[in-house]
Amino acid sequence: MTAVIETHDLGKQYGRKWALRNCTMSIPEGKVTGLVGPNGAGKTTLLSLAVGLLTPTCGSITVLGGHPGDGPAQLGKVGFIAQDTPAYAGLSVGKHLLMGAYLNANWDHELARSRIDRLGLDPRQKAGTLSGGQRAQLALTMAIAKQPDLLLLDEPVASLDPLARREFLQGLMETVAGRGGSVVLSSHLISDLERVCDYLVLIVASHVQLAGDVAGLLATHHRLSGPRRDPRSLPSGQQVIEQSHTDKQSTFLVRTDRPILDPAWTARPVTLDELVLAYLGQAQNPSPGRRPVLGVVS
Amino acid sequence: MIRFAWLQFRTQAAVTAGALTVVAVVLALTGPGLVHTYDTIVASCAARHDCPAAMASFTGTDGPLQAFADFLVLVVPLLIGMFWGAPLVSREFEAGTIRLAWTQGVTRTRWLTVKLGLGAVASAAIAGLLSLSVSWWSSRLDQVNADPFGFLRFGIRDLVPVGYAVFAFVLGLTAGLFFRRMLPAMLTTLAGFVAAREVVTAWVRPHLFTPLHLSLPITSATPVSIDQTAPGVTEAFESTRGVSLPDAWVFSVKVVDQAGHTPTSSFLSRACPLGSYGPLHPRDCTAKLAARFHQVVTYQPGSRYWPMQWYELAIFLGLSVVLGALCFWWIRRPVSGTGG
Repeated sequence: MTAVIETHDLGKQYGRKWALRNCTMSIPEGKVTGLVGPNGAGKTTLLSLAVGLLTPTCGSITVLGGHPGDGPAQLGKVGFIAQDTPAYAGLSVGKHLLMGAYLNANWDHELARSRIDRLGLDPRQKAGTLSGGQRAQLALTMAIAKQPDLLLLDEPVASLDPLARREFLQGLMETVAGRGGSVVLSSHLISDLERVCDYLVLIVASHVQLAGDVAGLLATHHRLSGPRRDPRSLPSGQQVIEQSHTDKQSTFLVRTDRPILDPAWTARPVTLDELVLAYLGQAQNPSPGRRPVLGVVS
Repeated sequence: MIRFAWLQFRTQAAVTAGALTVVAVVLALTGPGLVHTYDTIVASCAARHDCPAAMASFTGTDGPLQAFADFLVLVVPLLIGMFWGAPLVSREFEAGTIRLAWTQGVTRTRWLTVKLGLGAVASAAIAGLLSLSVSWWSSRLDQVNADPFGFLRFGIRDLVPVGYAVFAFVLGLTAGLFFRRMLPAMLTTLAGFVAAREVVTAWVRPHLFTPLHLSLPITSATPVSIDQTAPGVTEAFESTRGVSLPDAWVFSVKVVDQAGHTPTSSFLSRACPLGSYGPLHPRDCTAKLAARFHQVVTYQPGSRYWPMQWYELAIFLGLSVVLGALCFWWIRRPVSGTGG
């Protein structure tokens, strides 16, 4: 599997504060990757480093085999939609498309025009008067018409209402279905990602907590509930991610490649939401196995 | 990139060009009238023996317009720096659009080159055309005033406004790149530009060329004023009134003897006893002074006007180049992220 983004011990420091530290990860090619994590995990910093807006304090990052922001060719290969989808308030939609045409060698003007038409945007309207959803669509149009090999989106739907959010993600999915390519989408809203992502990277405090194919992750994680039980008595192939106990009952979220055979358990599949929350919980309590007494209602 | 920079800049450019055109038209309409007034009043004054009155009358012509034109040339470079240069980059940072601009298929070095180049050329053009119009319009007035090195006059005619404007623009851009916020950038531009103008005017311009010295005898035509500055202390004051050096920049006129000493207080009180309105016996005083002392004039001749204009232009363009280089060095630094 080739990586579109590969980082090694990547770090970015502002003054004394580290926005990202010791980050080693790789994001596979040809997938829609969801970059998930709590606020402050370093998602924006990571994406800014990948597009070359920032330079690393330490470590290395390779994007599509090159250094981020290193020359027009590299810049042309990466499409970027920044947080809050900035646009020039005083320039019209049409002028934004002109800007894209002037500044990008592979600009597909036909694609940009037809997409704007389909969205019902008036090319003469000033970007400053667009709604958040329309501005996000303009940003997406500009990023797509650039025809990048890799599309990076930093929280593109965070500030949008549910309808605009759905339309935006639909547009994104149509693009991916139409022309392929790799997409990395950061968000702290897992429900958005569930719809569009086929690969997930969970990043907590700069560290990759979980990475894998969404389908694979969902297939290998199970929610088990049954009579109360000590987690140490579970089969060795089952890794406990999350557990809760009542007087009589235990519930576990386990990761295993093998089928659940124990008839005492009621097993059910997990949602991506549950999965991410479980791993976030695990990140906050790194060694749940060392909880002193069973029976604490958690 | 040039087309994009022009796309962003053209509204401002059009507004400024429009304003400049209005000024140029006003000057073009009133300029011939000014020349006519000169021809009728000043050119023939020698024949009528009333030159001082004619000149005074002529220099008062179109007073408000003179003041306005001069003021315009004085402030336009500063306005260019504050309202073109300072917001150019800082506004992009404030609005977040820098993340859009710097992630297109153009390197930020190229982006800056074009922004800087286009802005500097436009600033030079605006200031140059304005200065040209006003210099043309004022040519007869300047001729009569005969003070090309005047404290304000030198900086608002001919070449130097171009240097000021380019410098102000680049200073504004540099401040914007450094602060990433518009208001601090504008204030820095204001302070930095005024300071640079002041320093060059007060301390650099007089020393661009070694001043010349001229010795003149003391005669009744080149009077020396004698004054009592404190009880018992009498001093001789140099006066430039009688020194006739057309278009020269006179730094000082000193009354000295062969050894370079100024007259002592006791000598003056003996030679020139003072009454209520200066020396009691002016002729006697002048004769006694002239016997031992002469006047030394320190000055820049009028022929150095154009070399000094070129020098000062070069100084400000040089400062602009230094600031521009600083920008290119600075832009390789990373953009502040928002964390997250």
